[in-house]
Amino acid sequence: MALDLHVLWFVLLGVLLAGYAVLDGFDFGVGILHLTTKTEKDRQTFIHAIGPIWDGNEVWLVTFGGALFAAFPEAYATSFSGFYIAFMLVLFCLIFRAISIEFRHKMHSIAWRRVWDFCFFGSSTLASLLFGVAVGAAMQGVPLNKRGIFIGEFVDQIGVYPLMVGVMTVAMFMMHGALYLGLKTEGELLEHLYRWKWRGFIFFLVMYIAVTIVTIVTIPRSVDNFKHFPWAWIVVVLNLLAIANIPRCIYLRKPVQGFVSSGCTIAGLVFLFGVALFPNLITSQPNPDHSLTIYNAASSEGTLWIMTIIAGLGMPFVITYTGIVYWTFRGKVDLDQIGY
Amino acid sequence: MDVVLLSRLQFAFTIMFHYLFPPLTIGLGVILVYLEGMYLRTKDPLYENATKFWTRIFGLNFALGVVTGIVMEFEFGTNWAVYSRYVGDVFGSALAAEGIFAFFLESGFLAVLLFGWDRVGPKMHFFSTVMVALGGIFSSVWIVIANSWQQTPAGFVLREHMVNGEPFMRAEIVDFWAMVFNPSSVHRLVHVWLGAFIVGAFFVMSISAWYLLKGKHEEFAKRSFRGALLMATFSSLAQLVSGDLQVKMVAEHQPAKFAAFEGIYENETYATLNFFGWPDEEERKLKYAFGIPGSLSFMLYGDPAAEVTGLNELEPTWGEPPVWLTFQAYHLMVAIGMLFIAVTLYSCYLLWRGKLYTTRWLLWFYVFAFGLAIIANEVGWVAAEVGRQPWIVYPTMVNGELHGGLRTSDAVSEAVKAEQVLGSIIMFGVVYLLLFVLWVVILNHKIQAGPEPLTDEQKAEHTGKGFLDAAAKLVGHKATMTEAEKE
Ligand code: HDD
Ligand code: HEM
Ligand code: HEM
Repeated sequence: MALDLHVLWFVLLGVLLAGYAVLDGFDFGVGILHLTTKTEKDRQTFIHAIGPIWDGNEVWLVTFGGALFAAFPEAYATSFSGFYIAFMLVLFCLIFRAISIEFRHKMHSIAWRRVWDFCFFGSSTLASLLFGVAVGAAMQGVPLNKRGIFIGEFVDQIGVYPLMVGVMTVAMFMMHGALYLGLKTEGELLEHLYRWKWRGFIFFLVMYIAVTIVTIVTIPRSVDNFKHFPWAWIVVVLNLLAIANIPRCIYLRKPVQGFVSSGCTIAGLVFLFGVALFPNLITSQPNPDHSLTIYNAASSEGTLWIMTIIAGLGMPFVITYTGIVYWTFRGKVDLDQIGY
Repeated sequence: MDVVLLSRLQFAFTIMFHYLFPPLTIGLGVILVYLEGMYLRTKDPLYENATKFWTRIFGLNFALGVVTGIVMEFEFGTNWAVYSRYVGDVFGSALAAEGIFAFFLESGFLAVLLFGWDRVGPKMHFFSTVMVALGGIFSSVWIVIANSWQQTPAGFVLREHMVNGEPFMRAEIVDFWAMVFNPSSVHRLVHVWLGAFIVGAFFVMSISAWYLLKGKHEEFAKRSFRGALLMATFSSLAQLVSGDLQVKMVAEHQPAKFAAFEGIYENETYATLNFFGWPDEEERKLKYAFGIPGSLSFMLYGDPAAEVTGLNELEPTWGEPPVWLTFQAYHLMVAIGMLFIAVTLYSCYLLWRGKLYTTRWLLWFYVFAFGLAIIANEVGWVAAEVGRQPWIVYPTMVNGELHGGLRTSDAVSEAVKAEQVLGSIIMFGVVYLLLFVLWVVILNHKIQAGPEPLTDEQKAEHTGKGFLDAAAKLVGHKATMTEAEKE
């Protein structure tokens, strides 16, 4: 079988999405947990833990958007215009999150800092919820016409199932964020986070089980692909192992392993989401024939080739300097040693 | 209100707001490279403090560029879905390249630039600064190529694409390099860069002039001012040359836009390059205009008698942009450009005579001239983009016939309703107003705080005596990333 560029770009988009979820996921988690701390010093530590890297993490989303536009313009156009209100809310959250991180420490007034504390928490939580709702809506399918244009209303996109996925995402990022902060803090704050790691994990586990059951019962299509691709079961198993490893690491106080496990959990879930969707990008419900797939929504073969070359040239660089930056900023946050 | 009008307003508003920040990022980035490079070479602590000071401002500006930029990327899909379906094959790849080549580079090394002073050695830090500056320049490359393609498309064919049996005509790439080097992209890129350098230089001069007027941080201010003035003078002169190339390109590929720039309705021989005027779109003529007859014909064709085509005589399918706005925006930009050339040359003369820092009216002018630089950039884009109407993707002339093109009115999202766009305009209006106020407040805060004063130890180095001390200090520094590990 020759290399199918459509499949390749489906996979690459999955990689970008997983990269975004794993990396920005802990940024969101830090925001979700932000208000659990009480002292100014702890809050500063939280912000500084992600200060140097949140922007780089967000670039995964920007690049995901650009790649979707280029590889599957029909899917980009339909989803962004169809989910207009949802996307505007996401933008709203991303703007406020960024400026609360950046502007909070610019003034010394207490009131100023309180306002940004709430913005940071609120925007991180709402954005996580919205991303989850989007995944849920994509699993469930949305009404499209024959041309592949969204014909529903905003309310068609929310529903109980998407909201459940949304809440699960909040729980997952909260756990992930707590595990990340475990790498970055020490002393009393670390103890405080120890409790939140457990809370996050239990919250996530409950939602994960609930969502899995509802998915299998109400969206039979989601498991069909596992018949075509039996190897996908390996990922299911690995994903379960990763989840099971999280409480073990929290208990044994193995912070790095715990964080890696929750990262793998998130990446695994994104992967399973991809398997469930394949080959659809936007599933049409109630008319599955109207779905936008990796074939009818794609750019021409020529463009997919060009993009493959661009990605092949660019990705090694991206990975190298992402690595350099993470390496430079590894270790505990030291509030005495902050630049700029 | 209809979706098309609202979406246009929203796009114009959000892109013009975004464009307040990138030029400053690009311009300041170059200045940072210069300052830090000088610091590495001379070890003069004044350069170190200057680098740190401008870096703080750079960081603030960058954050705003990022948040407003994400809005832009989403907006193609949310508001201009049909346009995205039409151009996706062609310039989606430019956008993806921008993410991969530029944004990752910029955001990654920005972290080191802002937070890495104590974590990496000076050379590595300088390297990061260079990468951030390059990243800024790269970011502009791909997006400007995309925009240039929609002004002067090349390297594509129109092909029918089927979605579930429904046909749709879209542009598909056949020649990648012809797309990248379409007729306007190189000219536009150079012009955009120079515009950004002008903004960066005027920004530095504005703050320095203010310090000089207030008698604060004088040594720092003088040195910053001098460097920036040279950059501004060079860029302003080069901008005239680059702008001239742009006009000729527009005249060749976008005749209706060109006629609107110059306010020409009837065909004219001995056509005039007007300094100002008032196009009356009802009566279809240019009023209160003044210029030298024949100058326009001469500029375009090297012959004052050559004929220039007016809007009335153009092939009607080219369509007609809003003439008044295009004309005024264009003329305002050129006027500011000319003013900059005059003022920077005069300032260089005063600098040479040693009188610059005492000419207070001129310093006051520089305090505010930064605003003019921003305005020139914004109205330049208004001229380019409004002048492109009624097309969102301009048609091309193939064997004397118009080919392709997509009208703005056909390009909006099918699934979006007017109330939704109105809602989002209000949201952006409120949020951006808040952002703008915050930007001004914090910027002011940083400017009031000023660069750090030299410590006694630094003063010794600054006067040159402590050179050996400085050298010894440098050896103590961690020079590479791996050494930084052994803290
Ligand atoms: C500091 C900013 C600045 C200054 C002083 C000038 N420009 Fe400019 N101009 C821009 C900043 C700019 C810009 C914002 O960067 C634009 C918008 C689109 C583009 O390509 O660059 C632009 C566009 C633009 C266009 C339209 C291109 C198109 O429609 O495709 C022309 C013809 C010129 N310029 C010509 C000039 C001339 C003759 C100037 C005389 C000195 C001049 N510009 C000064
Ligand atoms: C409609 C067009 C545009 C889109 C979709 C767009 C998109 C973006 C995005 C997504 C970012 C954030 C990147 C990050 O997260 O680091 C950004 C920043 C940036 N953009 Fe734009 N942009 C547009 C127009 C422009 C233009 C015309 C220029 C330059 C000439 C430009 C130059 C930059 C630069 C230098 C940055 C880096 C940070 C900063 O702005 O200060 N952009 N843009
Ligand atoms: C950064 C500087 C830019 C500024 C200040 C700017 C300004 C504007 C303005 C004022 C309009 C409204 C024109 C009208 O509707 O009459 C507009 C429209 C538009 N511009 Fe730009 N533009 C910029 C860069 C870009 C770039 C880089 C792209 C694409 C890659 C782009 C694509 C568009 C599109 C799609 C529209 C909407 C449709 C239209 O009205 O033509 N612009 N822009």
